[in-house]
Amino acid sequence: MNQARPESGAPLDRRLFLGVGAAVAAELLLGACDSKGPKSAERFLRYMERKNEGVERALFRHTAMDAGSPGHRLTGSALPSYFISPKVPVWDESARGAWRLEVSGMVARPLSLTLPELTRIPHITDRVNHYCVEGWAAIEAWTGCRLRDLARIAGVSPEAKFVDFQSFDSGYHESWDIESALHPQTVIAYGLDGRWLGAAHGAPARLYSPVKLGYKNVKYLTRIVFLPAANGGYWSDRGYEWYAGV
Amino acid sequence: MTRHPPRHHWVVRVTHWVNTVAIVLMVGSGFRIFNAYPAFARRGETFCCWPWEGQGIPAWLTFGGWLAGARNWHFAMMWVLLLNGCVYLAFVYLRGEWRDLVPHRGDARDAWEMIRFYTFRRADHPRQGKHNALQKLTYFLLPLIALALILSGLAIWKPVQLSPLTALLGGYVWARYWHFMATLLLVALSAIHVFMVFAVDPYSMRAMTTGGYNENLSPESRNARPFTNILPRRRPAP
Repeated sequence: MNQARPESGAPLDRRLFLGVGAAVAAELLLGACDSKGPKSAERFLRYMERKNEGVERALFRHTAMDAGSPGHRLTGSALPSYFISPKVPVWDESARGAWRLEVSGMVARPLSLTLPELTRIPHITDRVNHYCVEGWAAIEAWTGCRLRDLARIAGVSPEAKFVDFQSFDSGYHESWDIESALHPQTVIAYGLDGRWLGAAHGAPARLYSPVKLGYKNVKYLTRIVFLPAANGGYWSDRGYEWYAGV
Repeated sequence: MTRHPPRHHWVVRVTHWVNTVAIVLMVGSGFRIFNAYPAFARRGETFCCWPWEGQGIPAWLTFGGWLAGARNWHFAMMWVLLLNGCVYLAFVYLRGEWRDLVPHRGDARDAWEMIRFYTFRRADHPRQGKHNALQKLTYFLLPLIALALILSGLAIWKPVQLSPLTALLGGYVWARYWHFMATLLLVALSAIHVFMVFAVDPYSMRAMTTGGYNENLSPESRNARPFTNILPRRRPAP
């Protein structure tokens, strides 16, 4: 039959092809609803994240500054506080001794600074935007020393390409590329809006920079380690973008 | 059996369907990202121009499962969409098909005549070329909306590194607003497009897949309004 009427075979096959195609398309669209997408896409997403990191690094400039939205009030107490521990992490001096910030890794002069020592390093007060991964923004004035000054004091090796920021908030940490860490707006902050940093926002000292999303700005700092390779991070290890540049 | 050239070149057909998948994933993941903070106001402030602050998009319209998943999809598919759009625009430009799509003098009047026809204030379908004037307007607007989405998207992706662009759009909060508004406009036009395909010109599905099209079945030949004259007009015997 088919050989006798070759022209009738084609439309039927085409119809079948279209039917199957429509079913596949419908499956794809319906399967998309509130789902994470196919498991096999994970490799594609990882690959694209690496490519995006390349683009983000290429875009990055030390001279690009956040202007802190002039004309708007400071967010003040409306700034959400956030930590992963069940309770607000507070440094217990009686149990753990005086709080110290350790600067180590690929440095010529490892540091271990008490809070008074940290505050004696020249500091700035910078009014900048806060960009949260969730999409909201806030404006705060952070007081602290620039990480680039701290790095100079410690004598960071030119081979150090990454920095890991560690905390006493149940092991929360995030590692950064060194370029973002040495941006002039990246500070080790101990003051917020003209007051000492409170326990809700990372006291005694925290990392703050507008060049990274909020979750990269580690609070409750204990250790700054200069490294030859990246060391992941709390949210980066759980599926969030590692670079997270703004 | 005569062989007609396909109504749409295979490049247009392929980019159309890649576009469909990419837009569905971009909008779905974008809605999931929006739902992490379904508002525009900066913390501690109010926002003038969105009456549904705090109200999220229904979960079944979202894609990505959670914020990180949606962001990973969004930042991956944006390249697919951009590349696909460039291929389409380059093709349409090089083949001269952009002439079918850019507005000409008289298109505003023709668009008004189409509206009159669809609202039964005019009996016969206005004469048209490949597309009617309303279609032309829509297909011409879409690349412009895409441009607005790209610029506002860059502005909220890199508000510090691309701060002049973000400032141009009114700052981070407004850039986010424009990105969302452009998305809603895109979704609205796409919804109308899909509705019109099924209600007025279901034969265009064939034109956009295998390429085949019968001019006797065009909306103009059938004098078709939504849900009317779906079947071909009966012609007197020759």
